[in-house]
Amino acid sequence: MHNLTPFSGLLGGALIGLAASMLMILTGRLAGVSGVLGGLLTPRPGDRAWRVAFIAGLIAAPLLAALAGAPLPAPRMTSNMALIALAGLLVGFGTRIGNGCTSGHGVCGFARLSTRSITATLIFMITAIITVAIARHGFGG
Amino acid sequence: MPVIIASFLSGLIFGAGLLISGMTEPEKVLGFLDIFGAWDATLAFVMAGAVAVAAIGFALARRRGTPFLAAKYRWPTRSDLDAPLMTGAVLFGVGWGLVGICPGPAIVNLAGLSPPIIVFVAAMIFGMIGFELWRAQSTAGSAPESSNIASRADG
Repeated sequence: MHNLTPFSGLLGGALIGLAASMLMILTGRLAGVSGVLGGLLTPRPGDRAWRVAFIAGLIAAPLLAALAGAPLPAPRMTSNMALIALAGLLVGFGTRIGNGCTSGHGVCGFARLSTRSITATLIFMITAIITVAIARHGFGG
Repeated sequence: MPVIIASFLSGLIFGAGLLISGMTEPEKVLGFLDIFGAWDATLAFVMAGAVAVAAIGFALARRRGTPFLAAKYRWPTRSDLDAPLMTGAVLFGVGWGLVGICPGPAIVNLAGLSPPIIVFVAAMIFGMIGFELWRAQSTAGSAPESSNIASRADG
């Protein structure tokens, strides 16, 4: 537990909840990032502007922080590009067929007490835990 | 225009929350998922904070009959547990566990233009386009229901 940062975690989480509340109360839309992005890739026209604006807001957050002196995000992660590409494909396809990701199912779905979202969240959490266990320790969960 | 400004500000606050919580750092996320290693419980605090505030916000939203800037709320309406939901959650879980990045942090991290993130986001978009092609193929010939899918989406 030596890396635990509970206060910044709670504060950051509260801001995420605030953002999701704001989007719903103001625009009636659910702040699920995979759904917002995926909606831009459908053949259906219409309702693209708000999606682009939300995505732009996400990208603008670290840029504004950089103006205030924070470094631009440079996440430490594996250098295995094939693995990264495979993970990206799985995340993209999986979140679309499963109708949501950590934000849509995890945050908004739990806040709505949705059976579907709670089920999906438990499944992807357990699957991710097993994946990390195999990748880092070489055994199943 | 007000909807666009509200969406941008919501994305901005969402992104700030991800940055402050540390969830844009894959090592923090993997530290939570690695329950057999040096476990980092931070992600649970992030989820608790986010769900608590969103639950209050959504309750306030429901008390107000309509959103401020739109005609109606687009709450997800489905309650059935179907195979695509569970299959998708498994595929997403494997991808998330492999590198510790999910869609929100991927997009926030895009601002830094680091090669791994560019590769991840490009692959993620390919995966999403692959889903659209697959869906177009599998629904071809049956009754068009694409207009339903948007309002039935969970997130």
